[in-house]
Amino acid sequence: MIQILQSIPTILMIVAPILITAIGGMICERSGVVNIALEGLMGLGGCATAAAQTLLETSGMSNNLSVALALLIGAAVGCLFSIIHAVAAINLNADQTISGTGINLLATGVTIFASQILFNADRTKEFRLGMHTDALGVYPSVYIAAIVVILSWFILYKLPFGMHLRACGEHPAAAESVGINVRKIRYIAVLTSGLLGGLAGGCVVLTQTIQYTSATINGRGFIALAAVSFGRWTPLGVTGASLLFGTAQAFTVIATNFPSLKSIPTEVFNIFPYLITLIALVLFSGKNYAPASDGKPYVKGAS
Amino acid sequence: MADVNEQKAPKVGLGKKLLESDGFVSLLVVLLGFLVGTILVALVGRKPANMYKAIWQALTGYNMDNGKMNVRYVFETINYSVPYILCGLSMGFAERVGLFNIGGEGQYIMGMTIAQVFALLGPQIPVLHWVLCIVLAILVGAIWGGVVGVMKAKYEVSEVVSTIMLNYIALYLSRIICFQLPGATTYKTANFPKTALLSNGFFERMTNGSLLNNGWFFMIASVILFWFIMEKTRLGYGMRATGFNKDAARSSGIPVVKSIAVAMAISGAFAGLAGGIVALGSFKYGRIISGMDNYGFDGIAVALVGNCTGGGTLVAGYLFGLLKNAQALMQSKQIPKEITYIIQGLIVVFIALRTGLKLLEERIEKKRLAKEVTTK
Repeated sequence: MIQILQSIPTILMIVAPILITAIGGMICERSGVVNIALEGLMGLGGCATAAAQTLLETSGMSNNLSVALALLIGAAVGCLFSIIHAVAAINLNADQTISGTGINLLATGVTIFASQILFNADRTKEFRLGMHTDALGVYPSVYIAAIVVILSWFILYKLPFGMHLRACGEHPAAAESVGINVRKIRYIAVLTSGLLGGLAGGCVVLTQTIQYTSATINGRGFIALAAVSFGRWTPLGVTGASLLFGTAQAFTVIATNFPSLKSIPTEVFNIFPYLITLIALVLFSGKNYAPASDGKPYVKGAS
Repeated sequence: MADVNEQKAPKVGLGKKLLESDGFVSLLVVLLGFLVGTILVALVGRKPANMYKAIWQALTGYNMDNGKMNVRYVFETINYSVPYILCGLSMGFAERVGLFNIGGEGQYIMGMTIAQVFALLGPQIPVLHWVLCIVLAILVGAIWGGVVGVMKAKYEVSEVVSTIMLNYIALYLSRIICFQLPGATTYKTANFPKTALLSNGFFERMTNGSLLNNGWFFMIASVILFWFIMEKTRLGYGMRATGFNKDAARSSGIPVVKSIAVAMAISGAFAGLAGGIVALGSFKYGRIISGMDNYGFDGIAVALVGNCTGGGTLVAGYLFGLLKNAQALMQSKQIPKEITYIIQGLIVVFIALRTGLKLLEERIEKKRLAKEVTTK
């Protein structure tokens, strides 16, 4: 029992970035744009954060300030690259899967290319200190995730803007007919998902490692994508799914603390989020919970 | 007035024809990708010429810096392009029935895994051994892809989500399986017996020791088979019809569910084959992979550049193989090899933006019509 309690901070540390990214993906899909570039956006944010933290540290900035600034830079970079997806999906009615795939491919190149230029290596140089835990052993990234969840729920369900956003994902033509600017709202949603993806990538780097390598994100963005469908596109559902998937991921790290779990290969825990999402998609296939216009380009004037 | 219109008409026609030609647009997109990549290299203070020198050497075997010639590079490029072409065919085949197969990576990994298992545990009979390995890789790839097709056709599960999930399941499943193989360490197994290898002594002698192997024959056969199934068989006709308009196909008596499942299985078979060929052709031991090889993902780009046709995919896959082979050469010339990934990523992004061309075209057409109406 004590072991489980002791593991909670580790579990939360691993859940937080997945949750932040998944909320971004959820907002994006609720507005009607599918974003499979989450993985790449996390990588770009993570790389930018790691590089910024290393450079700010060597410039002698205090840890608290440099962490905050590095996170902001990571979020900004994620946001910047999501503009590509926004332009393709919203302005040009492009296939959203293709442009998402393009950003993912681009991210693997850009991150390591930047590291080669900045640090002459295929990874960023190690920074000394990342985020600090508080008295409970919990990282600030966990509180950031909690704030993001609550904010997303409040905005989506309590503000007119949120209702407009959901309308864009269900029936954009109807939304347009009552004077909602579909394009503008979808832009905001896509950029938000880029911002949160970049931020989450930064959280991964500053809590779980000391540098960015090509293996740092390692599928977390795709787990977040799974959490969006498994959580049925609601903040509560996505939070539950992220907790479940993050815990499964955490067991790959903490399983060694539990004698009864030691004999199980850690890969079993790795598979868990993906397998359960797949099974859930088949089991719940009769009812469709996805936003009705999810992934469909909206052409003004055509019904 | 009419004369002016007639004189102008062919000019507009040529531009329009070029923009409508998929091949031309692909060429444009690739050139644009290289252009941006070149600018980026120059911006970070490296010499773009070195990048092209490396690509030239990978293409022709001629080293421009010391004037030496080595044909090995030429055939190494061909060998590198084999998995790209096969994964491109995989993506392309699914695309033709209107499915987006992001699962090439998982199908590739499963093909690789079963080939490794059978190579180490199967009976060591010359020729038959490696042939069986490859056949199994094709079969397992087909199953891994077919599952996606069944889930899509029967339960309407989005193939984009299910294939991404299956990619990661394949990755970790492969690790679990390969750890049980003889001589397994943290990253590799024991060496394969000679009978399992795809190496071809004749190719090795002719190409100055390149890794080009028997997998090459399978690749050529696959390209031909792809074209044949799609263009010449009833099965292919049904698939293309399904891709164009599912409802119309269904009401004209084409078994849509079967079409989708079979298409995904064939799609998976191509990727599984790629996995088998890389496992037994490019390595002497079984790999316990800790990350993905990315051939499956790059196959998406290959198919998109090749417009999902057999011939187009062959050319596009060769281009990607060329870039892959040039990577090590670039690195030795102070060009970060990741520039090739950036170029590939840019190409896919530009392909996504290609729809913009159509919008532009429509706008020009509208203006032209408006002008015609007002002048008349």
